[in-house]
Amino acid sequence: MELTRRDAAAALAALGASGGVALGARVAADRGRDAGGDSGGDGTGDDAPADDETVRETLTAVAAVVYPDDATGVEEFVDGFLDGRLDGSAHAAGVREAVAELNRLARSWHGGAVADLDPAVRDRHLREVGADIADEDPDGTTAERVRYYVVNELLLAFYASPTGGELVGIENPQGHPGGAESYRRGPR
Amino acid sequence: MSAGDGPAGSAGNAAAVDRTPVADADVCVVGAGPAGALVADRLAGDREVVILDAGPRFDPADRLARQERAIRPSYGRPDVWDVGGARDAYENAGSTEWDYPLNHARVKGVGGSTLHWQGMVMRLHEDDFNSGAERGAGPDWPIDYADLRPYYAEAERELGVAGASDNPYAPPREEPHPMPAFEPSHSDSLFAEACEAVGIDMHSVPNARNSEAYDGRSACVGYGTCQPVCPSGAKYDATVHVERAEDAGATVIDRAPVERLDHDGDDRVTAAVYATPDGETHRQEADAFVVAAGGVETPRLLLLSASDRYPDGLANASGAVGRFFMDHLFAGAGGTLDEPTRQNHVGFYTSACDQFYDEADETQAPFKLEFFNYAGPSPVESALTGDDWGDPLLERLRGEYGNHVAMGALVEQLPDADSRITLADDRTDDRGNPIPEIDWTVGDRALDTIERANEIQVEVLEELGADVEWVAGPDATGPAYHHMGTTRMSDDPDRGVVDADCRTHDLENCWIASSSVFPTSGAMNPTLTIAALALRVGDDVAGWLGDRT
Ligand SMILES: Cc1cc2nc3c(=O)[nH]c(=O)nc-3n(C[C@H](O)[C@H](O)[C@H](O)COP(=O)(O)OP(=O)(O)OC[C@H]3O[C@@H](n4cnc5c(N)ncnc54)[C@H](O)[C@@H]3O)c2cc1C
Ligand code: SF4
Repeated sequence: MELTRRDAAAALAALGASGGVALGARVAADRGRDAGGDSGGDGTGDDAPADDETVRETLTAVAAVVYPDDATGVEEFVDGFLDGRLDGSAHAAGVREAVAELNRLARSWHGGAVADLDPAVRDRHLREVGADIADEDPDGTTAERVRYYVVNELLLAFYASPTGGELVGIENPQGHPGGAESYRRGPR
Repeated sequence: MSAGDGPAGSAGNAAAVDRTPVADADVCVVGAGPAGALVADRLAGDREVVILDAGPRFDPADRLARQERAIRPSYGRPDVWDVGGARDAYENAGSTEWDYPLNHARVKGVGGSTLHWQGMVMRLHEDDFNSGAERGAGPDWPIDYADLRPYYAEAERELGVAGASDNPYAPPREEPHPMPAFEPSHSDSLFAEACEAVGIDMHSVPNARNSEAYDGRSACVGYGTCQPVCPSGAKYDATVHVERAEDAGATVIDRAPVERLDHDGDDRVTAAVYATPDGETHRQEADAFVVAAGGVETPRLLLLSASDRYPDGLANASGAVGRFFMDHLFAGAGGTLDEPTRQNHVGFYTSACDQFYDEADETQAPFKLEFFNYAGPSPVESALTGDDWGDPLLERLRGEYGNHVAMGALVEQLPDADSRITLADDRTDDRGNPIPEIDWTVGDRALDTIERANEIQVEVLEELGADVEWVAGPDATGPAYHHMGTTRMSDDPDRGVVDADCRTHDLENCWIASSSVFPTSGAMNPTLTIAALALRVGDDVAGWLGDRT
């Protein structure tokens, strides 16, 4: 099943460029919490937020693990989607920080950045971080932030796109403005 | 950050907006939901109108981000429109078994709760206005369907309603809906066969949602997240009328909770005392006041306005302010079929059944049935929870999605003086005002009717060949988020808060536009009736002001 630019554009159209983001941060601020999270977490200072290139490589590598095996065109899809999401927003900052942290842990536990790991090791790394069992939370623990900004960022883009939806049997998934006709049609 | 500041957004930004009172106002409207917005739009242009709303003006550019919140599991429903926190604190009376989740049931801000609503808009039935006489249950309204009929037609044009005239049980109407109804869904066609077999009529249902471009807003594009947010604007919300009122010259002051209405010795309201984000308090004076703060905050504001002259609260000589709190009760059932049902493409339903509505009597409440288009999990939401990804996730989603069906129903509850909103004794909001306390109770007529609705639902589902997996009966019912009854309408000043014109008995220049004036609730979603009453209030206020000049 081929993901296309149209899917990336659709995912973006569904979620908006700066995402839950600005809003996520705003709500946190409203509640008097530290909106940006504690950037990096361990205070060692060597986890500067990831640059565009690293975010793209890392998310594409994680997508290879969290997307179904026969999804193709993943790199273009992730690229196209990130074109809209990596703006100057608080959400983009959250993504950069979570990616930096995920890579830092990968280097320390597995000797290489996420994108350089073997897919099976990458999968294991995500689980060791705890992103599989964590509930997403933009202001939470490392596991919760990796789940929010990395794993669910990718899953949201995928399953809100027509191609991702169609794999499940819904070509007009929630979040995708796929018109007011598909609900009337019977199964093909 | 711009106009979309959250309720506690930066004070610096808030300071940039002029929130001082408007001089020489004719009308002050409290609340910018559909009720207040329609009244304001009706009067703006001819009159100097000010609208005060407790919540913010939301930035339309944020709607996709709000949609993302609606889908992502880390946000609760109230988070989508920034509801909650000290501003919106409330409590349930400890004794009641009926807890009311108030902050799931409202939005504060320009547009009010219609930002979150589903947008189903039916007229009440003729007997709903005469429940006492026709059904032997509850009081009659002091007005009839005929009084509201032209206003219903106008409200349908104002909101933009897509509907058809195929419902044999609907009350009489002389003109078609402004837009054609949405076509039935695939699952409706499955239900249709089963309903026919068991003798149940299905028909279309009116939606305040564009089936074609209308009033400068686009046709529905199928985002499927109508409740709690429509990014396209195809679903009506009250920002439409707030903006129109502003274009005609009205002034909207957001983030301006009214804390008290002041009055003079002649039983007139003189000012709405409101707070602003900079901590200041202002007085908006006007000739006429329309309270349109929703079915909970409206009685709360009247109670907060107690004075030496009115120690029990303003407009409360009858003692009815806050009493008779009603909502519609949900009854439902659902299950799975062995074929695809194509759910969750859109977030609204397209077929209903009003066949049993007018069977109502002393023991059976009116109720209506709904055939859902959003049964079972939405795959994208489901994908974000669970500890699987890759192929196992896809397999799970495929297993969960695809063959669910469900039916809903709304059931009337009778007014009960003990079901009520009061002020909490010892808890206050962010401004130091006592928060609302909800003591909601539901009687046996409604509970028995929920069972009756369940029986029909299960019969239809079984005829359809469904494996019935859940039934929401009397033990699992909940409110539909329609706040009614708390400032009831009556010709008798001892029995009601407002008269047949929705003007308070006690104060000559104060009207209430809200479902809080409903003496009984029927089982139809309330907002079309709220809109019709609001337009009528607009006319009455205009007439009253005209008589004075
Ligand atoms: C999830 C959900 C789904 C719904 N679906 C439907 C549906 O399908 N069909 C239907 O008919 N109805 C539905 N409703 C109900 C519908 O939203 C309400 O009936 C309608 O919005 C009520 O309009 P209103 O103007 O009276 O009050 P609201 O829309 O609640 O607006 C009241 C406004 O007053 C403001 N306010 C409150 N207190 C003060 C104060 N002290 N000072 C200043 N301003 C104040 C608030 O900030 C708010 O903006 C739904 C509601 C919810 C929550
Ligand atoms: S389905 Fe239609 S009305 Fe609902 S959110 Fe989408 S565009 Fe808006």
